[in-house]
Amino acid sequence: VVPHGFVPTESNAPGNVDANVPLVPSSGGAPFAITEHNQGGFQHTQYPYVTGTSILALKYKYGVMIACDMLGSYGSTKRYKSVERMQTVGKNAVLAASGECSDFKYILTLMDGLTTDDYCLDDGQVLTPQEICSYLTRVIYNRRNKFDPLWNSIIVGGVGEDGDSYLGTVGMIGTSYTDSHIATGFGAHLARPLFRERQYDDMPEDEAKALLDDALRVCYYRDKQSINKFQVANITKDGATISEPYALSTAWHYNAFVNPAAHAVGTW
Amino acid sequence: MDKIEAPHTGTTIIAVTYDGGIVIGCDTRVSIGNFISNRASDKITPLCENVFLARSGSAPDTQIVSDIVRHMVHQHSIEMETNPEVKTVANLCMQITYNNKGANHGHGLSAAMLCAGWDKYLGGQVFALPIGGSMISVPWGIDGSGSTYIWGFLDAEFKENMTREEAESFCITAISLAMARDGSSGGMVRLVTVNEQGAFRKLTTCQELDTFHEDMDVRGLQNGLSGMVV
Repeated sequence: VVPHGFVPTESNAPGNVDANVPLVPSSGGAPFAITEHNQGGFQHTQYPYVTGTSILALKYKYGVMIACDMLGSYGSTKRYKSVERMQTVGKNAVLAASGECSDFKYILTLMDGLTTDDYCLDDGQVLTPQEICSYLTRVIYNRRNKFDPLWNSIIVGGVGEDGDSYLGTVGMIGTSYTDSHIATGFGAHLARPLFRERQYDDMPEDEAKALLDDALRVCYYRDKQSINKFQVANITKDGATISEPYALSTAWHYNAFVNPAAHAVGTW
Repeated sequence: MDKIEAPHTGTTIIAVTYDGGIVIGCDTRVSIGNFISNRASDKITPLCENVFLARSGSAPDTQIVSDIVRHMVHQHSIEMETNPEVKTVANLCMQITYNNKGANHGHGLSAAMLCAGWDKYLGGQVFALPIGGSMISVPWGIDGSGSTYIWGFLDAEFKENMTREEAESFCITAISLAMARDGSSGGMVRLVTVNEQGAFRKLTTCQELDTFHEDMDVRGLQNGLSGMVV
């Protein structure tokens, strides 16, 4: 691992260091040897700090819907409660991500770059959702190969020029695929079974919204790192909209919840 | 997570004295890792008619403490022919946690509890039983992972000699504030009030709690089912 523009030679090696070991300049001091221990002074493996949880998405009759909550967790602290984890890209696509918030922000700047380039070229071409997903797959996979991942699970949803719905995902190690319904994080375990039962590509809009809400509700019941504050993106051939934040009604009125330890004192 | 985790309550518990008795409160979330395995648990356990234990930390550790103490207190109250004193019950809990510091490969029992109740000699009392096996008499106590978010609230807003209604509302607010920020606490708020007349349970769901910064107001929303039961 050698940084750009630095050529290690025998002349810049301190006397008692093996000449075959590549050297890096440390900040303001003498060159030092890159070892497994110091990784050459560069931080590669990351840990996520502010994270978003599940993203849910499905195709319906007129396009694609994507939903998620608005929480940025800091470990187990529910720290930021108005985080927008979805963003429209171009006219007909929405990008949403779970995982590290700062990496998602960085990905959005890459998207800005792409759309700005297209605007300057001014040739009438618009980025399709499939192109966005392919581009991101390459970016994510290459970062993974350098052991410097973007710590996100990304969903790209939209409607192409020909009117076909597109729904794709990219994982943090570069795995990528498309499907009629996708979910990241806890949603993959809690929501997708509901989608398998009830989603079909022709489903009407209100049915799709009800299914998404039910899935969001399950995720809120069972995922520690979630709040009851959601946004839904709706992409059709006419464009993409992201809703205002809303909350779901939740059920707590069961008799069994009132005195669960009644017949087994000391239980939870 | 490298090993299987024992279920953790990852909790918020509170107990306060008021003019005439005590109020104990808790949230209802039990989690294994990030999964909420029980969203309606009851973390306030009766040890006898007039003394209750609010539990946080490792679920099995606190359960075994409450089971053993309940058994000992039952025998004790037969012999004394009356309800036990609160400090006796709290002391029994403390003896178990203190004398088992070698358990769990020297880590001791992961039990952080609040023992509170009412007796005819000293009225309402709260005893904090933090990890390590101390027993400390306090006018109010909090524990569990969510407690870190409400120390400021308690320090600023607790008043001696509140009325019963004030104390109950105070506990509900404290637990709600903790649930608003702690991912390991959530669900509903359970209260137990103990005074000379006896012990009284109360359950408060999210539809009745205050809304805090950046949360959405759910008080108007009906109990939601949409054809699906979880």
